[in-house]
Amino acid sequence: MAELSREQLLHAYRQMKTIREFEERLHLEIQTGEIPGFTHLYAGQEAVAVGVCEHLDDHDYIVSTHRGHGHCIAKGCDVIGMMKEIYGRADGLCKGKGGSMHIADFDKGMLGANAIVGGGPPIAVGAAIACKRRGQGHVSIAFGGDGSCNQGTVFEAMNMAVVLQVPAIFVFEDNGYSEHTGASYAVGSGDIAGRAAGFGMPAVKCDGSDFFAVYETMGEAIARARKGGGPSAVECTITRFYGHFEGDPQNYRAKDEVQRFRETRDCLKNFRKSVEQKGLLETADLDRIDGEVLELIEEAVREAKASPPPKPQDVLTDVYINYA
Amino acid sequence: MPVISFRDAVNQALHEEMARDPDVILLGEDVSGGAGGSSGTRDAAGGIFGVSKGLITDFGEDRVLDTPISESAIVGAGAGAALAGMRPISEIMFADFVGVCMDQIYNQIAKFRYMFGGKTRCPIVIRTATGAGMNMGAQHSQTIYNLLTAVPGLKIVVPSNAYDAKGLLKSAIRDDDPVVFFEHKALYPRKCEVPEEEYLVPIGEAAMTREGDDVTVVAIGRMVVFAEKALDKVKADNISADLIDPRSLSPLDEEMIFESLEHTGRLVIVDESPPRCSVASDIAGIVASKAFASLKAPVKLVTAPHTPVPFARELERAYVPGPDRIEAAIREVINE
Repeated sequence: MAELSREQLLHAYRQMKTIREFEERLHLEIQTGEIPGFTHLYAGQEAVAVGVCEHLDDHDYIVSTHRGHGHCIAKGCDVIGMMKEIYGRADGLCKGKGGSMHIADFDKGMLGANAIVGGGPPIAVGAAIACKRRGQGHVSIAFGGDGSCNQGTVFEAMNMAVVLQVPAIFVFEDNGYSEHTGASYAVGSGDIAGRAAGFGMPAVKCDGSDFFAVYETMGEAIARARKGGGPSAVECTITRFYGHFEGDPQNYRAKDEVQRFRETRDCLKNFRKSVEQKGLLETADLDRIDGEVLELIEEAVREAKASPPPKPQDVLTDVYINYA
Repeated sequence: MPVISFRDAVNQALHEEMARDPDVILLGEDVSGGAGGSSGTRDAAGGIFGVSKGLITDFGEDRVLDTPISESAIVGAGAGAALAGMRPISEIMFADFVGVCMDQIYNQIAKFRYMFGGKTRCPIVIRTATGAGMNMGAQHSQTIYNLLTAVPGLKIVVPSNAYDAKGLLKSAIRDDDPVVFFEHKALYPRKCEVPEEEYLVPIGEAAMTREGDDVTVVAIGRMVVFAEKALDKVKADNISADLIDPRSLSPLDEEMIFESLEHTGRLVIVDESPPRCSVASDIAGIVASKAFASLKAPVKLVTAPHTPVPFARELERAYVPGPDRIEAAIREVINE
């Protein structure tokens, strides 16, 4: 990890911890009934979002999924604005018109969570066309799950990215389940990276619970894309700590599965262990971040609850820029 | 003033707007053509109807992108490029193929601005060939604008002549909202006067192409041409009409229709889409709810039947509303 400075390590940890606490808190708050709609938590997958986005700046693009909170935070979206959005408040990041599945922040290069599985990758290819045309070495990331790898739109996007040789990187987070159905059942070949390679791009697998593995693997893919080397794909094996959506009874999972993963494949625990053993960061540094993150999340929930709801007449705004 | 075809008018609009703004790109199947072919000739097609001929020569492969046959990726990539600040034109070869990429149109581009709280714009134009009349059968002849007009967030433009096609396409490319631009394939060779100097036709303003006293005829796309023929016929019997070409179906210039009806009191709506949940039935509903007092007779709809588009010449002629059916409707509504 020679290339990661102390500041970078602290930042990566803070980002992962922020995602984790954001989701853990949502898990509790949803049970109060105050949050409308339905919510898909990213807890457990933090190392992927952060391992990818630590390579990016605001001029790089990402396109996210229905399970998008982690990608939003990792790309720099305002955490308080996100919480307000999830509560459906007027001053949420999208004025309460998007909700959990439709958070975007264009100033941060975050082109939107997307509630249609497989809806995002074609859009990421388009952003990559813009990156290529501008010629400033920016890249576009398409996040997707194992479920999305079975959508035709994703095949179209991967092929077009290869044909047009644009700087798009397809990040597949294989969390083991396409909603309530095992990926081992639904992905015919069982090999997502192999499928991407079939379209003619470099494609590799990595352990999505290991921040350093994701960071290093993505570093190669992004460096290649920035230099004009075209698209690639990364398959990250990971698990989600909660159900497909909040309230999912998870009857498809063995009773001890999540507990086992929390003990052995928790990216935060593993990150801590790694940096402490190597003497890269002190326990006190990490504990301090933990405390600050908890304060931030507390503030976010407090502000979200205190924020005003949208006015009914706002239903009519923001459909068009001009319509007459 | 030069007289040019609808096809050349669209081609001119594309050339002018791409020259004007380096952020305008065109992507679609065969928009240049010839990539990977054994002749080595680029611009081998210029689009299946030759509409985008010459663009790759002037603007290069960076801006005129031949794509695989992947409609979702063509529209989706246009959407992503638009979010990233460009002004893409995604071409869907036939409007019927909208079925393949409907998600990208109605769940993605139409909703970005709203879902994301007004914090983005998606200035994409989807150009597509619409309509029957060339015996292309059920999957290459539908209008489809009847489906997309129902979607909030999209603007729908259906020009009926070369002049409007050029001016409206230029407006569509400069528009900050997503626009779906329907080019009737039977209109491509039709010519009219198109000035050499720059002009725009605003989206959302209908055109009154004829003025009269007895009836208001609203006709969409190619139906404007047939309505003119019908009106030429009834002129002999001293029947005259306001002929309104909406030009854009969303937004719809309702005011022009209402004002005309205050004068004529009788309405015939002509559209080559099937009748149910159509633009014709929509306009009839709008008139019934907002301008009922102006009506002296029930509204007449002249539409295609509730069937797929047939293939054989005789069947397709029976499907597409022709001048005779429009003439009959005008005479009926006047006698009621």
